[in-house]
Amino acid sequence: MQDAEGSAPPVRAAISLGAIVAIAVLLAAASYAALVVAPTERTMGLIQRIFYFHVPSAWTGFIAFFFVAFASVAFLRTRRPKWDRLAVSSAEVGVACFTIVLITGPIWAHPVWGIWWTWDWRLTSTLVLWLLYISYLILRMMVDDPERRAVVAAVFGIFASLDVPLVYFSIWFFRTQHPQPVIGDGGHLDSRMAWVLMLCWAAVLAVMAVLIRVRVRLEALRAEVDALRMRGSGTSR
Amino acid sequence: MSFARAASTILGKELRTEFRSRELLGTTLVFVLIVLALFSFAFDPTREESRHFGPGLLWLALLFAGSLMLQPSFVREQSNDTLAALRLAPVDPFSILAGKIAANFLFLLFVELILLPVFAMFYNVGLTAVLGRVVLVLVLGAAGISVSGTVFSAVAAQARMRELMLPLLLLPALTPVLIASTEEMVGLFGNPPETQTVWLVVLVCCDVVFLTAAWLFGEYLLEE
Repeated sequence: MQDAEGSAPPVRAAISLGAIVAIAVLLAAASYAALVVAPTERTMGLIQRIFYFHVPSAWTGFIAFFFVAFASVAFLRTRRPKWDRLAVSSAEVGVACFTIVLITGPIWAHPVWGIWWTWDWRLTSTLVLWLLYISYLILRMMVDDPERRAVVAAVFGIFASLDVPLVYFSIWFFRTQHPQPVIGDGGHLDSRMAWVLMLCWAAVLAVMAVLIRVRVRLEALRAEVDALRMRGSGTSR
Repeated sequence: MSFARAASTILGKELRTEFRSRELLGTTLVFVLIVLALFSFAFDPTREESRHFGPGLLWLALLFAGSLMLQPSFVREQSNDTLAALRLAPVDPFSILAGKIAANFLFLLFVELILLPVFAMFYNVGLTAVLGRVVLVLVLGAAGISVSGTVFSAVAAQARMRELMLPLLLLPALTPVLIASTEEMVGLFGNPPETQTVWLVVLVCCDVVFLTAAWLFGEYLLEE
């Protein structure tokens, strides 16, 4: 990481106090809206409220994975380390979002469907997607040289994101051909439910933005420490 | 040197290396045979079931085999740092990758074609009526595995624990290839045989997408 050496600009604070307070207020409002304001769903009851964080987490996770693809391409074109930092930070946040999705899903499914898991196309493709990006993060841990790591991770990140539509289509087609438990998600949303959902999405998006920012800064600090250490041990290249 | 000549030179080199050492193909053949035999213990299928599950087991075995046999493609270059020598050649870097992809494709196809009659015998499927279409599925599947497998082998070669990394990267990414080729074969072995165009389209899409990505971004893996 060349730019971290020598006259590297001082790393600024990742986020101001005001932004933290604003996001905390937003998150509290979203939780209140999801737990109290939104009407109770007629057939599923209270458990349906988990949906206000389940669905926004999935949408946010997709956005984070889109950032991975975008940042990977940008890194390969420009070779600026900041894009690599954005890629790894977004991948981690995206995996965190999809972990929430995969945990809240079964919690909802058990009382509603009577089972924790079914090999429905949406569950299955989400699981494969999650595994793909876990592999991406493991790959990053396994390459020591930071510049090589950035390049190979970028290539794999691009491949993974191009693979996502293929995974979704093939699993969707595979599953809709076969008999499966009926999942009632049709119908339309009550307007109050819809705005609570949007508020929750805004809150989750804000949390994603903060996490990515903090994580990018952490990555920059790490690179700086590595560069200093390398200079100190006299093996700088 | 033109792209085609450079790629075919690399292909020739890969084939020569393999035919002199004969390490890869024999080992992979035996590996897939072992897996196919063990599947029959793990699932103990009846005659009807084996026709239904057979294609899935075959493709799973081929995916595992691919994730093991594509390993040496780049690791072999590391021991004597011969990749650096290849990179010095004044050719399009993608031609190096393309030559290796072509070699791996031929290796995989060779393994598949040898195993096909054995598989048909083990799992009681009739081949003669649908042979052409089965070979088409094998070709398209082998292309998907070898393109992404060769690229990921270059990725994994730079990582620690690379023997474990390649399957970890490759297997989830190949989910669409596994589903499409398995489903297509299940249809072909059905009674009456049925060609499902959609799965052939998925296979072609996978091959095209992987190949395009390899062409656009693969050369970054070869740089020092």
